[in-house]
Amino acid sequence: MQGAFAEHVRALEKSGARTRLVRTREDLEGLDGIVLPGGESTTMTMLMERAGLLEPLREAIAGGLATFATCAGMIVLARDVVDGMADQRGLGLLDVAVRRNGYGRQVDSFEAELDVTGLGGKPFPGVFIRSPLVESAGSTEVMARLDGHAVAVRQGRIVALCFHPELTGDLRLHREFVKLAAS
Amino acid sequence: MKGSFKVKAGLAQMLKGGVIMDVVTPEHARIAQEAGACAVMALERVPADIRKEGGVARMSDPDLIRSIMEAVTIPVMAKCRIGHFVEAQILQALGIDYIDESEVLTPADEENHIDKHPFKVPFVCGCRDLGEATRRIAEGAAMIRTKGEAGTGNVVEAVRHARAVNAGIRKLQGLNHAELVHEAKLIGAPVDVLEECQRLGRLPVVNFAAGGIATPADAALMMQLGVDGVFVGSGIFKSEDPLKRAKAIVAATTYYDKPERLAEVSAGLGKAMDGLEIPSIPKDGLLAARGW
Repeated sequence: MQGAFAEHVRALEKSGARTRLVRTREDLEGLDGIVLPGGESTTMTMLMERAGLLEPLREAIAGGLATFATCAGMIVLARDVVDGMADQRGLGLLDVAVRRNGYGRQVDSFEAELDVTGLGGKPFPGVFIRSPLVESAGSTEVMARLDGHAVAVRQGRIVALCFHPELTGDLRLHREFVKLAAS
Repeated sequence: MKGSFKVKAGLAQMLKGGVIMDVVTPEHARIAQEAGACAVMALERVPADIRKEGGVARMSDPDLIRSIMEAVTIPVMAKCRIGHFVEAQILQALGIDYIDESEVLTPADEENHIDKHPFKVPFVCGCRDLGEATRRIAEGAAMIRTKGEAGTGNVVEAVRHARAVNAGIRKLQGLNHAELVHEAKLIGAPVDVLEECQRLGRLPVVNFAAGGIATPADAALMMQLGVDGVFVGSGIFKSEDPLKRAKAIVAATTYYDKPERLAEVSAGLGKAMDGLEIPSIPKDGLLAARGW
């Protein structure tokens, strides 16, 4: 709908997936997985609501559609959003509480190396841009932490990140997601 | 590590497919956010009023900028004068999310733009063609926009600038390295940035349309010409029904290639802002000519 979708498309196609942009409910049909990209969570949620996409998407993800959410995508999925717009309603499917822009404004955006569970080899380059802060990771499985806070979580067929692998050229997380979607 | 070029350019990547709206009050900012803007530009006067009232146009009062930052959760941008690096330092100190080094304000330096690399806050700059775009990127701009002719409600200049950038990039595709160096000389472009444009087949940073966009169709036109998103300045709050028009322009930017959706959202919006024919503007009143 809005955000860094083109960057995800490139990373997924390099990881061997075929892709389609989802802007209407019809676009949801026949997917093995969906990416909720980084962008502005308020904008994305409103656009999905106006397009009648929010409910079908909620059903699809609740029904087991593999989901890869980055940054704003994590906010859209979260059970609790702190400091969102008063009437910001999301999907409420991921058992985390997040604070919007919890690491500060753009001048506080940063890069940091992360150890992510299940990824061998070198640390993963974490690019954090006006990132949400996970205040509680609930029942989710934490895949990476930074300064004590979860920055990557998994819950069933949902993987959600505070950072932006699509901006890095490191395809390991996209490859893992393509495997998850195919399974 | 804070303020790297990756995180500066990265925020612009998060704004893609979105609409950035000029606002002059916290109330405007809330309307823009409710309409689905992905960011707002905090200003004292929209370009149409700057054009009408004349005089030196400067950075906005920090109190106004702060009040707009407090009113919304989406990113807030603000403008500084071309070359006025102290206005930029002040905006960074306020914690603004993006600085527009803008020809809409009166230039403070007739030769130099701001050296944008040392700043932690990212910059967006206007351009009329590929040479200008690549010079701004070399100075550290993390996002580019067309200049258009701000405050006119006339999209013709934005179209000219977007097409000029596209044509400039297409021309690179057939050039060998020696020819690329020659082209760089002709258009006043830094060779390394031009090489990157050739390799990518596009600008290496996000590229938005700006200047004269007044209708949903204008926004969709710019998107179909290949820009990543749009700025709307005077077009929203100088129109009859700002919230409705703002929502329609957001929808048109998402569904820019779906004419049926564009027909739906274009209907019943009330009166658009008053427009200006470009030839009716005296030569020294053209904002796009500012910037070097």
